[in-house]
Amino acid sequence: MLRYTLRRVLMIVPLLFLVSLGVFALVLLIPGDPAITISGENATEAQIDATRERLGLNDPVLVQYAAWAGNALTGDLGSSLFSNESVSGAIMGRFPVTVAVTIAAMIVALLIAVPAGIIAALRRGHWQDRGATLFASVGISLPNFWVGILLIMAFALAVPIFPAVGYTPITEGVGEWARGLVLPGLTLGMAVAAEITRQLRGSLSDVMQQDFIRTARANGLRGRAVIAKHGLKNAAVPVVTVIGFQIGFLLGGSVIVERVFGLPGLGDLAIRSVLQRDIPMIQGIVVVTALIVMLVNLVVDLSYGWLNPKVRQA
Amino acid sequence: MTEPLLVVDGLEVQFATEDGWVTVLDKVSFSVERGETVGLVGESGSGKTVTSLSILGLLPRESSRVTAGSIRLDGVELVGMPKHKLELLRGDEISMIFQEPMTSLDPAFRVGDQIAEVVRRHRGCSRRQAWARAVEVLTTVGIPHAETRARSYPHEFSGGMRQRVMIAMALSCEPKVIIADEPTTALDVTIQAQVLDLLRAMRDEFGTAVVFVTHDLGVVADICDRAVVMYAGQVVEQAQIDDLYDRPRHPYTEALLSAMPQLTARSGRLATIPGATPPAGSMPTGCRFHPRCAHVVDECREGDRDGRVAARTLDGGGLSRCLRVGDLVLKGSA
Repeated sequence: MLRYTLRRVLMIVPLLFLVSLGVFALVLLIPGDPAITISGENATEAQIDATRERLGLNDPVLVQYAAWAGNALTGDLGSSLFSNESVSGAIMGRFPVTVAVTIAAMIVALLIAVPAGIIAALRRGHWQDRGATLFASVGISLPNFWVGILLIMAFALAVPIFPAVGYTPITEGVGEWARGLVLPGLTLGMAVAAEITRQLRGSLSDVMQQDFIRTARANGLRGRAVIAKHGLKNAAVPVVTVIGFQIGFLLGGSVIVERVFGLPGLGDLAIRSVLQRDIPMIQGIVVVTALIVMLVNLVVDLSYGWLNPKVRQA
Repeated sequence: MTEPLLVVDGLEVQFATEDGWVTVLDKVSFSVERGETVGLVGESGSGKTVTSLSILGLLPRESSRVTAGSIRLDGVELVGMPKHKLELLRGDEISMIFQEPMTSLDPAFRVGDQIAEVVRRHRGCSRRQAWARAVEVLTTVGIPHAETRARSYPHEFSGGMRQRVMIAMALSCEPKVIIADEPTTALDVTIQAQVLDLLRAMRDEFGTAVVFVTHDLGVVADICDRAVVMYAGQVVEQAQIDDLYDRPRHPYTEALLSAMPQLTARSGRLATIPGATPPAGSMPTGCRFHPRCAHVVDECREGDRDGRVAARTLDGGGLSRCLRVGDLVLKGSA
């Protein structure tokens, strides 16, 4: 298991390098010249050249990459082309909001999906199963900005229990902070719950047909223990995979939901930066998001090793 | 006189099908004495596996039901016993070994932990004691370096070794009865012989009674004291092993014996039984074997009671469900 972990962690290095190349290439691929954008509408050719020089845009591409990557490794992702705010500072400021929303959504999703998936798997073909399957299909098909608006109308306007928009930092009160996360969490969590329910139902009902489940029962293990221990551990691999994907989806999906709920998260920052063609900011956001996705995948892969001993040797 | 250790008496089991409930076990009766090895023999579809699963109460609750009869283990009625009580007996007083050693162990747990889990469930001892017991039974069934091997996962064992692990698990709480459902069918012939030797040794060492479910009469001859032959959900013959092979009393047994490959006869075709086991729900009237029987007469199609053939007790304790048992002289395996 130790060797498997080490090997898997080391695989991050080349991946990160590839991501950095891709991110850096953004500058070259994006149409438009940031020097022109920054210098303003009435800038002279000389002013634009000066800006270009200041930003290092005249250096050879490799030199630019080395400078950028070197700084990025020390946590310096440059500064915004517009506000001169440091990119890492801006991201760190926004990051807790997105993480909080993602975690809230995951909690909602698991609270719904785990019981629903287990019940559907064990009562396959019964009304409980049909109900869960119906919920899953509906949950997957509903667009989440629409669900968000409906939830705001129901629980912020008609029955004002939760705030409609805005974010209260945790430093200003845990209660208020949590209250503000309920509706965004529900909005994002619903679709994720649907996906996880579907996966868990399929995978657990397959596992419960396996011979080793019969062995466990033949040896007198309690029905509940058989499901919780032998059933769920074996059913978990595809479910954990889906959870990993869904965390990536949540980080991306929150772009829309952050807009709907007026949350100052990474998604909101990403949209603004793209509209302004604020290249260093975009690069920073992509690098950080890619890093998180890689870390999530790392955790998912490590969990495979724990869940399925055969994987460790591969 | 005390009752035998395991008594199956008039067991009738039905399965749910699209056409409603269909009877798959028809008044199955047999018994097993302490320390005795009884072979439950028949083709696929004869009801031998259904019989063994219903003894442990492992048939799916929603699609099957026991409609009549009784199963008693050491005088305790198992039919209708509440689930939690039955769970306490399973793995403790009665345990089962399955056909597929490759898939019958949980791939996600160490084999030692899987055995220890059963021990803890029934003995309520500490983790350390349960682990020690797991290592002990693994040693008993001939796993070399059991101390280390207990920490291995099922995929790190060969088929034969996994079946040893299954046997160790079944023995871990010293049950009174082990039901072995085709435990050697999925194994290589040489490994089969080793596993049979092991089962025989375990039976002799611990005095465990064994119900050996198989379609292989060769294996039955090798290990069993007595055989119960099943066909189409009924017991058609019961006899001591030597009697069964020397002088079968039911044409189905005769047919099974003649279908055994003979080492001496090296030429010619293998004998087969024409036709196939009838599906449950469309059993022939009269004797259920009559469409495939070489000795069939008109009465066989009628039966002698409710369109069936009643079982006949024979001198010497055997039993046959053949109308012509009195006048037929059937060929043994000699």
